[in-house]
Amino acid sequence: MSNTNYSWKNNRSLFPEADETGKLVVDLDSQKYIKVWQGPNHPGVTGNMSLELTVSGDEVVEAKTHVGYLHRGFEKLFERRRYIQCFPTCIRMCVPEPDTNEYNLARGTELLGGIEVPEMANWLRMIALEMARLQVLLRMVPGQAGTMGLGLPSQWGLYYRELILDRFEELTGGRIYHMYILPGGVRGLLPAGFKKRLEENLVKIESFMKDVDRVIYANTVFKKRTKGIGIIPADWIDPYGVTGPVARAAGYERDVRKDYPYLYYDQLDFGVNVEHESDVFARFLVRRKDVDTTIDLLRQIMSKMPDKGDIKAETPNVLHWKIPRGETLVRCESSRGEYIFYLVADGSMYPRRINLRGPSYAHAVTLLEKLLINANISDVSSIMVSLATCPPEIER
Amino acid sequence: MSLKDTFSPFSAWRKVFEKPVTIKDPISERPGADRYRGFHKNDITSCIGCGTCETICENEAIDMVPVEGVETKDGDSGLRPRVDYGRCCWCGLCVDICTTGSLSLTNAYTWVEEDPEKYRYTPGVDEKPWDNEEKGWKKPEPNYEFYNLNRVTMEHLHPEERSDSFVEMVKGYSKEQAEKEADRCVECGICTATCPAHMGIPEYIKAIRNDDLEEGLRILYDTNPLPEICGRICTHKCETVCTLGQRGEALSIRWLKRYIADQNPSEKYKKILNSGFLKKNGKKIAIIGSGPSGLSAAHYLALMGYTCTIFEKLAKAGGMMRFGIPEYRLPYDQIDKDISYIESLGVDIKYNTTVGVDITLEELGEKHDAVFSGTGLHLGRSTRIEGSDHKNVYQSIDLLRDITLGKEVPLTEDIIVIGGGNVAMDITRSLARLQKQKYGKAGIIATSLETEDKMPADREEVLEAREEDATVNPGWAPQRIEIENDKIKGLHVAQCYSLFDDEGKFNPQCNMDNLQFFEGSMVVESIGQGMDLSYLSEDLKHELEIDKRGRIKVNENFQSGLPWLFLGGDIIQGPDVIHGIANGHKAAKGIDEFLFEKQKDTPKT
Repeated sequence: MSNTNYSWKNNRSLFPEADETGKLVVDLDSQKYIKVWQGPNHPGVTGNMSLELTVSGDEVVEAKTHVGYLHRGFEKLFERRRYIQCFPTCIRMCVPEPDTNEYNLARGTELLGGIEVPEMANWLRMIALEMARLQVLLRMVPGQAGTMGLGLPSQWGLYYRELILDRFEELTGGRIYHMYILPGGVRGLLPAGFKKRLEENLVKIESFMKDVDRVIYANTVFKKRTKGIGIIPADWIDPYGVTGPVARAAGYERDVRKDYPYLYYDQLDFGVNVEHESDVFARFLVRRKDVDTTIDLLRQIMSKMPDKGDIKAETPNVLHWKIPRGETLVRCESSRGEYIFYLVADGSMYPRRINLRGPSYAHAVTLLEKLLINANISDVSSIMVSLATCPPEIER
Repeated sequence: MSLKDTFSPFSAWRKVFEKPVTIKDPISERPGADRYRGFHKNDITSCIGCGTCETICENEAIDMVPVEGVETKDGDSGLRPRVDYGRCCWCGLCVDICTTGSLSLTNAYTWVEEDPEKYRYTPGVDEKPWDNEEKGWKKPEPNYEFYNLNRVTMEHLHPEERSDSFVEMVKGYSKEQAEKEADRCVECGICTATCPAHMGIPEYIKAIRNDDLEEGLRILYDTNPLPEICGRICTHKCETVCTLGQRGEALSIRWLKRYIADQNPSEKYKKILNSGFLKKNGKKIAIIGSGPSGLSAAHYLALMGYTCTIFEKLAKAGGMMRFGIPEYRLPYDQIDKDISYIESLGVDIKYNTTVGVDITLEELGEKHDAVFSGTGLHLGRSTRIEGSDHKNVYQSIDLLRDITLGKEVPLTEDIIVIGGGNVAMDITRSLARLQKQKYGKAGIIATSLETEDKMPADREEVLEAREEDATVNPGWAPQRIEIENDKIKGLHVAQCYSLFDDEGKFNPQCNMDNLQFFEGSMVVESIGQGMDLSYLSEDLKHELEIDKRGRIKVNENFQSGLPWLFLGGDIIQGPDVIHGIANGHKAAKGIDEFLFEKQKDTPKT
């Protein structure tokens, strides 16, 4: 297996011809090709989503993404729910990292409704958002190794993620669906001793990340299976709308927290982690560094946030809160990339439209189809996970 | 790739010697966090079944269901939330908005049942193992509310501005204030159930929020033809039971009603209410008394096509609303606004006509298809203590009537009022105003049997009376009026410590060791009113059923033993305006039903 094979324009005599429209003509009767379905349920797929792969030997010659296994119609449901009722619903649009949904919905509603959120609530929102990022990264960074059969560190990672979930349980009352950031503020102050316990967890996680470095980063097999795999050329980044760690791994210094600062991120001191190779390994490295950045940010937030303050602004009665006619676009940096909500209010109690534009939609539908061509079938999961595919967010 | 990269991964073996991080029995070894959103718990004694949890639940997981042992009563729907765990998402919004604070979630993690039906249960009624668990999700603190707990302050005239004039003291809400106040409503409908007239309160408050005051007026007139009056002086039982009052201040339902009525000009009423053309059915109804019940009956009967004639003893319509309630609480032009609309429906009011003197009830019955009587309570009751027969001892109700009629009212510089109800406060404050106009200062003292916390008068009436320099000194039983040289010197009172005996009968007990003497040269008695039924001849009385307390028995349609005679208002129920309105409405329907049945039974010629 040589890395030099993985290029789009090499010798293609083994591969199907393209017709005049550019579509590959795959003659399955020639017995040169096999159709393989990966998913909708597969350990390498992070949710219910299918890849229809046409392979020649163990090389993928054509890939099609199939979604539709997870469609719950949330965007339509929002149109029949009061703004406050959208809040427990929206979190399900991205199960692993629900807080970004909560934040975007809350921020959009507040912008349209003209609500000023108390300072304390904004700091608490940052705590929740960074803890959410950390728990996702603790799954994704060791999980990258899991996609190639190196399952042990990803199991370790789950334990350290649970520590953060314990803190979430303490702060928000929920482990997975936090339902913490609601229009107008948040749903509780930090419990007594919370900072101390979170700090203890952060120390443990830092020491765990050293294990991750020893077992995954300094690992010949991992490097061989990730370096040069799934390269996204830098000039694809903008046409495909790639954001977040995937764009940063291609040398783009892109981070919503820096480019369009929200909450109090402009008061924090942090850098944007950038790599240039744009392969699976580079993306792994960016996320690995993001763990350190996130831990650092959590410490900065805990030291800078006030001890007391209001957690919720005074809003109109939530049962008939009419948001004035208008539209807004709110964004935040999720662990996967730029996370956008587009809200349209028509002056009634119900949103006219809430549309989500998440990074997975751009990364894992069109870009993935292209990236998988010429990939080895055993690398498909690896590439998919490195793009941070989140099917619930693609389908809503 | 270095040699280090080959050997480094083997460091994973180190973990073999570490203590496992997993917990063998996590549920019992590691309880849920203090705020964990687990299973529902409800304190059903403090829950009033307002159903706000049901409204906010986005999954429709909550149903309000009747529960054994919980009675439906004023301020309690008798329903309790039942949760369906097939739908619940444990967001806890039901807890956050709970108006009474009775609902909470416990920190229990797991619950296993074989029967799926059991996952639909009524917290607090169906026993669960976590019922005594204290930890779990409760409404976040502090300053975390889904609706405003405090009502929008109603602006009043300053005591100095109002204490010597009869100008209306309550200023009324502006548009912004009314919409802000209307926004607080959670639309539970506990108020509607309690209101004697069952007004569509959440609906008209919604109309205010939507700035559709014409729709608001239509909703008001569905059940209440006197909104200007009720919007000012209603006893607002709705506000007493308002669920917002559980943790904060009740909604100002009365002022919101007034806002709708005030904002709609009287010229537009007929157009808004679509009452421009009413088809007459040729039947005639006589109504005795133009008080709330009579006007209400006339309004609804007129809408049904009946030709109504009201017989009023005095020179102006309104009954106790005009002649009992002082102008500073209910200005006469507002009474006229409501009454002139009812008159515009073709209702004829014959003033200065006393039934029983100018025309007999029998005659009315003969000339009309049916008669409604709402003659009210216009006779003052006396304390009958020693000296109460003195010429300077007056009845509050007579004085209030004379003030309205513009007659000269007897006045001295020091007056004693006996009574602790709203009428006593009305006469106290009215006389205090007249004293200020005449003498430049108020010198009036109101005393009642009831202690301050049990006084039947509205709390704000007592406080406002004090603001206007009247003295309110409750908790004293009048003993005798001291008279010297045919002049009243004052009132002897003894401390009253108990009003009712063990059987609940009225039997005031006094502490004769604690006596006091209130100085004054004029006494006004205001301890309740009685009815004057002199217009009923002995023959008629014979045919009517009258109970021990002297009240005439009526059926649920307010029809008496004489099928053509309907009665309502204070002589039957109350005493207050809203009961009168409700009675009049119900009686109007009863009259319609009665005449329809009668017509059906009459053979066509």
